[in-house]
Amino acid sequence: MAGPMKMRATIAGGNTEVRVLMTHPMTTAQMKEGLHHIQNVVVKQNGKTVVEAEISQAVSRNPVFSFRLKGGAKGDKIEVSWLDNKGESNKIETAVA
Amino acid sequence: MKRVLLSFVLLLPLGVAAQVTSTDVQKIMQRDFQTRGQATMDRVVQDGVQRVCTESNDRPPAELAKQMEADQLKTIAFPEGSLIGDWKRGEGIAQSGRGLQWTDPAGAAGGGSCYNCHQLSPQEGSHGTLGPSLLRFGATRGTGPEMQRYVYGKIYNAKAYNLCSQMPRLGYSGTLTPEQIKDLVGLLLDPASPVNK
Amino acid sequence: MKRFLAGVLLLGISSAPVPAQDAKKEIQKYQQMIAEGSPVELFELEGEALWKKPQGPKNASLEKCDLGQGPGVLKGAYARLPRYFKDADRVMDLETRLLHCMTTLQGRSREEATKRVFGNESQPSEMEYLSAYVAAQSRGAKLAAGTAHPKEKEAYELGRALFFHRAGGWDMSCASCHGEEDKRIRMQDLPVLYKREFARPIMATWPAYRVSNSQFKTMQWRINDCYRQMRYPEPNFASDTTIALTTFLTVTAAGEPYRGPGTKR
Repeated sequence: MAGPMKMRATIAGGNTEVRVLMTHPMTTAQMKEGLHHIQNVVVKQNGKTVVEAEISQAVSRNPVFSFRLKGGAKGDKIEVSWLDNKGESNKIETAVA
Repeated sequence: MKRVLLSFVLLLPLGVAAQVTSTDVQKIMQRDFQTRGQATMDRVVQDGVQRVCTESNDRPPAELAKQMEADQLKTIAFPEGSLIGDWKRGEGIAQSGRGLQWTDPAGAAGGGSCYNCHQLSPQEGSHGTLGPSLLRFGATRGTGPEMQRYVYGKIYNAKAYNLCSQMPRLGYSGTLTPEQIKDLVGLLLDPASPVNK
Repeated sequence: MKRFLAGVLLLGISSAPVPAQDAKKEIQKYQQMIAEGSPVELFELEGEALWKKPQGPKNASLEKCDLGQGPGVLKGAYARLPRYFKDADRVMDLETRLLHCMTTLQGRSREEATKRVFGNESQPSEMEYLSAYVAAQSRGAKLAAGTAHPKEKEAYELGRALFFHRAGGWDMSCASCHGEEDKRIRMQDLPVLYKREFARPIMATWPAYRVSNSQFKTMQWRINDCYRQMRYPEPNFASDTTIALTTFLTVTAAGEPYRGPGTKR
């Protein structure tokens, strides 16, 4: 069961600032829990994919990602989803404040 | 009349706050703490040094301090011959923060936690400032038998030289062995040690 | 393993000595960076779920728990702890009061509820999640631990005596480390906690998420771990000793606006 996510999206200087927190152990192969980390993060703005990221083992537990999307307006739908190496996934959707 | 009484009652708790003595605290600790691992309950029973220093706010009367320091000195058995051990081992002992905690296995080698409080080797930037810097200790203070004895004694039982020192009694408490203390003496006094370079 | 690798990395970095002032600036920059993206909020979310979850033989949630401002009133409640509670005839800090509600409202045994009070990175404890949630509801509220009741005064006086009491395997008191200005242990600055100006920013940011090991730490844990490092035996969870110390510190920090669970090194 994937842990909670939290996201905040605001307009600043004509762009959309997004900050998303993810619950995930992000353990490496050397750790006793074995390899368990987020591999892909996808960001959608009003249904359109705007960011596709590959995440490495170097990222630590409960990662926080922040990024800036060009343009955008209040009320836009932002969706962030992740997929890990075990096939688990989670996603969160927020309206731009 | 009522107003006078009221102000008197108010003054009372302010000026005459309940004094909690170290005996009170010890009793409460004996009730509120429990043995875990090697950290046994005898440790909450204050010895003379701890009691005197607590009750005098670390400023004991001079005569009493002198007497108690002499008593503490008697606890130190100085080894024969040179007290300068292996500085390379000493560096490792100075870095290690293990020993005497309930998370440390009983009997396992302890460390001096020296870098928690002191600067030693100049290469180690991650050092505390609770104690004075020991940089160039041997180079500036000498390395003869008297200095060796002082350094060994200070590490074994710092209270023999300054009764209410915050420095732990590393030998007396059983945290470090005589061999380990000699290695720390080496770290501080050996001309080849990075401390003196 | 990660910790070992991190240690190796640190050794490599610290081979060149860094002037103290630059190091301090870098640490401040780092603290700012971690505060801006803290997983603390995730702990608050989990805590909220636990607060509302029916548990124990009485199959009840904690939603009617009285933290001092009335049953279920969370706004500003943490900032007014520790305080005296008539129903327990005792001064209680947050975790002690949570335990009280677990046993009375939910009917859980003290043994079960305290089986695992301190968690780790893979599994935080219930107390940690709940502490994060409850503390967050006091954001902006001024710290105002109880001081009027005789038992609150007692707790303060005991806490102060404890702060300066030297004992344990290494002859230490809290003041051994937290007693003098501008001191640090390794690279960790040590606030002089019996002085108002230094206690205030500290008590305004506990409990806290520790970035270096991805764990959420509470005051009960902090006091427990201090005594461990001072080479004492273990103080009991929710004991008068631990509550007295938190009382002393919070009263010393009185008036400071609580900033919510903090993010630390």
